[in-house]
Amino acid sequence: MEYVLHIIVVAGIYVGLAIALDLLIGHTGLLSLAHAAFYGLGAYTSALLSVYLDTPFLVSLVAGACLAILLSLLCGIIVLRLSAEAFAIGTFGLQMVLFSIYNNWMEMTKGPFGLKDIPRPAILGLSPQSHLGFSIMAVAYAVVAYLIASRASTSPFGRVLRAIREDEVLAWSFGKSTHRFKITVFALSAALAAIGGGIYAHYVTYIDPTSFTVMESVLVVSMVIIGGAASRYGAAVGAVVLVVFPELLCFLGLPGSVAANLRQILYGGFLVALMIWRPQGLLGTYTFSKGGIRG
Amino acid sequence: MTDTLLEICGLNKSFEGVNALCGFSCSMKRGEILGLIGPNGAGKTTLFNVITGFIEPEDGEVILKGVNLTNSAPHRIAKLGVARTFQDVRLVRQVSVVDNVLLSFRAQLGEKLGNVFFHWSKSQKCERENFKVAMSLLEKTGLYEESNELANDLSYGQQKLLSLVCCLAADAEILLLDEPVAGTAPAMIEQILSIIRDLPKQDKSVIVIEHNLEAISRICDRAIFMDAGAKISEGTPEEVHNDPKIIEAYLD
Repeated sequence: MEYVLHIIVVAGIYVGLAIALDLLIGHTGLLSLAHAAFYGLGAYTSALLSVYLDTPFLVSLVAGACLAILLSLLCGIIVLRLSAEAFAIGTFGLQMVLFSIYNNWMEMTKGPFGLKDIPRPAILGLSPQSHLGFSIMAVAYAVVAYLIASRASTSPFGRVLRAIREDEVLAWSFGKSTHRFKITVFALSAALAAIGGGIYAHYVTYIDPTSFTVMESVLVVSMVIIGGAASRYGAAVGAVVLVVFPELLCFLGLPGSVAANLRQILYGGFLVALMIWRPQGLLGTYTFSKGGIRG
Repeated sequence: MTDTLLEICGLNKSFEGVNALCGFSCSMKRGEILGLIGPNGAGKTTLFNVITGFIEPEDGEVILKGVNLTNSAPHRIAKLGVARTFQDVRLVRQVSVVDNVLLSFRAQLGEKLGNVFFHWSKSQKCERENFKVAMSLLEKTGLYEESNELANDLSYGQQKLLSLVCCLAADAEILLLDEPVAGTAPAMIEQILSIIRDLPKQDKSVIVIEHNLEAISRICDRAIFMDAGAKISEGTPEEVHNDPKIIEAYLD
């Protein structure tokens, strides 16, 4: 039972991350490779505050989100001036820089040794110490992320994002400050990712930089694309598939070393098959064309 | 003169040595329909791009109602009351027809993320009002039935019409129309021309680029013939049409 609840926690967090990223990839047509870094920023900020300053859980969580907003605004103002392709490269750079900080700032993050003894949270006197408590929290996070993302994307704000995705010049000629829209959605997406990171840190009580590598960013991108970008439940389904699917391989009774490699092979094969037969993703309606993200 | 709406003085712009605009000047009055004709590469579209801020001129000024627009960003110029269409019909193709019209409304509460979350009912109210206006515009122009279709699924003529409707929704004072009837069927040409002809009654002014000289002479008060980035001839459509300099330019 604990095992199933653990899967639910992990899936819940990834669903939230994928939904946050879909705001950028699916709705705005911007590929961010920095989402693991923002996720890590939330995890480290929240963990450090709790460990060193003993701040309450919710305060640490919000602090992580605020820091992510600040950083994404700062980067967005510069990188979002450039083309969508340059944005992908810029966020890749940001991912690398943040990872290096997590990995090398020994005094603060303890580098590769990781931060341990992160306190389990207490919300309004309740402390979800159990797996059950955490799985409820993770699902709540996923639901909140979903509600926020769908409110934003179905509003006139979201309509402008879709216009930017398809024809930024046209959106501009309609009098929209496309730069402002892109910065805003980048900050929203980063904040949602950071909150996921905070929950993760307090759940596992130990974090190290390997959870926040560029491969982790790529994994979240894959979730969005496999599930179907810019569709209602696509990102969530993609996240659940990519969390649950590898776990199922464990039941095949293969030796651990084989299972780990097989997982990589199947995962790669799955992505290739999808790109050939269903480029819009499992639930998506929006097709990624060869020349980048376009209509 | 007080009713001068737009004043363009001495615009210069060259692309890799080719002069697209060469000291181009003109002015237009409120409520006027101005036709812009000339061979391909005469700089007509470049002029539109300079007015709307997509291209910075090397020299010269664009002044709208006494406000200098030169070097302003396109979205600021659009908000000051300039709307445009593009020669290669540009629409947000994977969203519905009515959403395309809604996108071109300038003042929308729901476009600020803060309002979406903290003033939801107010921004929804604004959205509903805009929706009504958009639907009535579509009704008037005969696109009502298609309002929920994807813009991409419209016929070419309907797409041209839709991009014009988007300009109407923008509540702009000046509409810059780049070949609004090129490549459309005769019935659609009639419809689009009659919409354009009615614009001065709604206190809107128009600059229209068109190769269809008959269309120009039917809707325009005044025409300018451009070649190699400069104004060759100016006057009523008939005067311009019969100007010997134009025959010379086309024969060159």
